[in-house]
Amino acid sequence: MTLMKSFLGAAATLALSAGMALAEPAIIFDLGGKFDKSFNEAAYNGAKKWADETGGSFKEIEMQSEAQREQALRRLAEAGSNPVVMTGFAFGSVLGEVAPDYPETDFVIIDMVVDQPNVTSVVFTEHEGSYLVGYMAAQTSKTNTVGFIGGMDIPLIRRFACGYAQGAKAANPDTTVIANMTGTTPAAWNDPVKGGELTKAQISQGADVVYAAAGGTGVGVLQAAADAGALSIGVDSNQNGMHPGKVLTSMMKRVDVAVYDAFTRGTEQPGGFSVLNLASNGVGYAMDENNADLVSDELQATVDAVADKIIAGEITVHDYMSDESCPALSF
Amino acid sequence: MDFLTIIQILDSTVRLATPLLLACLAGLFSERAGIFDIGLEGKMLAAAFASASVAYLATPGWGSLAVWAGLLAGIFASVLLSLLHGLASITFRGNQLISGVAINFLASGLTVLIGLSVFRLGGRTPALTDGGRFESVSLPFSGALGDIPLFGPIYVELLSGHTILVYVAMLFVPLSWFVLFRTRFGLRLRAVGENPAAVDTAGISVVRLRYTAVILCGVLCGIAGAYLATGLAAGFVKEMSAGRGFIALAALIFAKWRPVQALGATLLFGLLEAISNRYPNIDLPASVLIVVLVVLAATLLFAGRKSKLDLSVLGGVAAILMAIALWIITTTGIGGTSTLPSQFMQALPYILTVIILAGFVGKAIPPRAGGQPYVKER
Repeated sequence: MTLMKSFLGAAATLALSAGMALAEPAIIFDLGGKFDKSFNEAAYNGAKKWADETGGSFKEIEMQSEAQREQALRRLAEAGSNPVVMTGFAFGSVLGEVAPDYPETDFVIIDMVVDQPNVTSVVFTEHEGSYLVGYMAAQTSKTNTVGFIGGMDIPLIRRFACGYAQGAKAANPDTTVIANMTGTTPAAWNDPVKGGELTKAQISQGADVVYAAAGGTGVGVLQAAADAGALSIGVDSNQNGMHPGKVLTSMMKRVDVAVYDAFTRGTEQPGGFSVLNLASNGVGYAMDENNADLVSDELQATVDAVADKIIAGEITVHDYMSDESCPALSF
Repeated sequence: MDFLTIIQILDSTVRLATPLLLACLAGLFSERAGIFDIGLEGKMLAAAFASASVAYLATPGWGSLAVWAGLLAGIFASVLLSLLHGLASITFRGNQLISGVAINFLASGLTVLIGLSVFRLGGRTPALTDGGRFESVSLPFSGALGDIPLFGPIYVELLSGHTILVYVAMLFVPLSWFVLFRTRFGLRLRAVGENPAAVDTAGISVVRLRYTAVILCGVLCGIAGAYLATGLAAGFVKEMSAGRGFIALAALIFAKWRPVQALGATLLFGLLEAISNRYPNIDLPASVLIVVLVVLAATLLFAGRKSKLDLSVLGGVAAILMAIALWIITTTGIGGTSTLPSQFMQALPYILTVIILAGFVGKAIPPRAGGQPYVKER
């Protein structure tokens, strides 16, 4: 009997250590879904790039409901995945509880800061990227009115809105910025009908460039703007190709870079939090053949100059999340 | 707020109210026949997915007919789920609420699952192009009549320029009224929701009537879903029904299970949403708000006494309203302006429904046999 026990124990140890040696990274996509043409898709692209380059494999889970968050985290951690990367602010509170239970696992959270020794937080300076596209919007607008449509009304999305409004006002102080939020529940990320209706309302108020920071709702925003002959601005991924010639640009948030870096570092995560900003190419605006005719070389040069000033510290873009207020826009 | 703005808000109201109206009428037929249906949401979602997928796949070959193929596919998917609901709640006499919840979950999961395996776009369908979407219809003479003051803009901006499904939905209102209240079928349908035993005694099949009602419900939900995906948006996004099926249920209670009132209720809900879209934050003089709050509290106390509600509950609600009024007076003063947040406007339909349910504005009495499976042997 004891012999049997020690055999079993040895087998279990062997299996465990084999599992540890093969620790592969894992990624959890938030509710928008892996191919949302936006935030999660960027994360997926980063993971895929890592897999293609290294020949490694990774585990992935797509969230289907709020209730799965903790379950998914624990499942990956117990299966020996390392590091576990998750996209989205909504994991913040859950991770804060789960991380101490798995001190051997490295967690990486994007878009949120979680203060635990084995958690690396990656945040972006969305206000800087939004400032640039706001600048472009105001320069392009013929009616001096630009629109912003956010998804769920959370401080992170207000940070987008605030940076956008500051950029628009900087380009042209007479610009009116109309801002709408789609809703206050997670359903606001997946309501293209409401997004389209908000866009129509903004266009009828004179807006001719509309910036959507709204996940799946943004699909409806870009569509409604294209139907009405107005321009739109995509977010997170490069969405210029969704309606070629109708999307002015996209505010790129290099979630793919963040995921790629996290996977490359493997189990050597630095901990603490790292900021991906304009200087480190963490945020920016997208140019490709779809919007080449919309953005003149002159405008591009101006915007690049503005970007350089932000990097050099000559222009400070106010961050909504630093004090929950915005000088350029009232909510 | 100028005239054109009002027209634009009303125009948006019509677009937003149409899916609610169709779903509300769907629920009306079902519930009038005694089958409660909280699966409206799921049926709309399934129909939206089926119509968007078929319209997309048919666009290359069928051209402008693709959108109609999509509509039929949407209706088919929705009727299929309706029949499932019927099977569970009529034939097997199961709990109608549980069956409805199951349908919502089934639709929410199946659409994404099938969408993932067919299109590989994370549950979305690709964006529909021209043949796959309902074009807006301009009513006759809309070019010539546009110059007439007042009537012109109303005709051109508000009445004309919607997709055909909007006009179909509007036609369904008098049609439903006629079918339910002026035909033999309608009388039997209503009777089966009030007293199925009597209908059975008269020699009419309760089961067949209820199945018919459930199928009608499926057809209407199918049109609602197709309108979401191929009329308002251009393609399917997961969970795109975004609770509209539940708002339609609230509208159904608000309308007290009557078709013409359903039109009014859904238009009201649409109007509130359109206003909150257009004016995220509404600035009102604080004095107006305070007067409204005081009047509301007084109405609660005096008119509410006739209802069954406990006086302490009424007093509590009235006290809360007065406290809000006091808070406004102390923070902004009577002369200042206070801001109504958009969340309040969005919550207003639900608040209204709760007020209706509490019995302040007449009583909302559901069909008597609603929710009970009919057992012949009893």
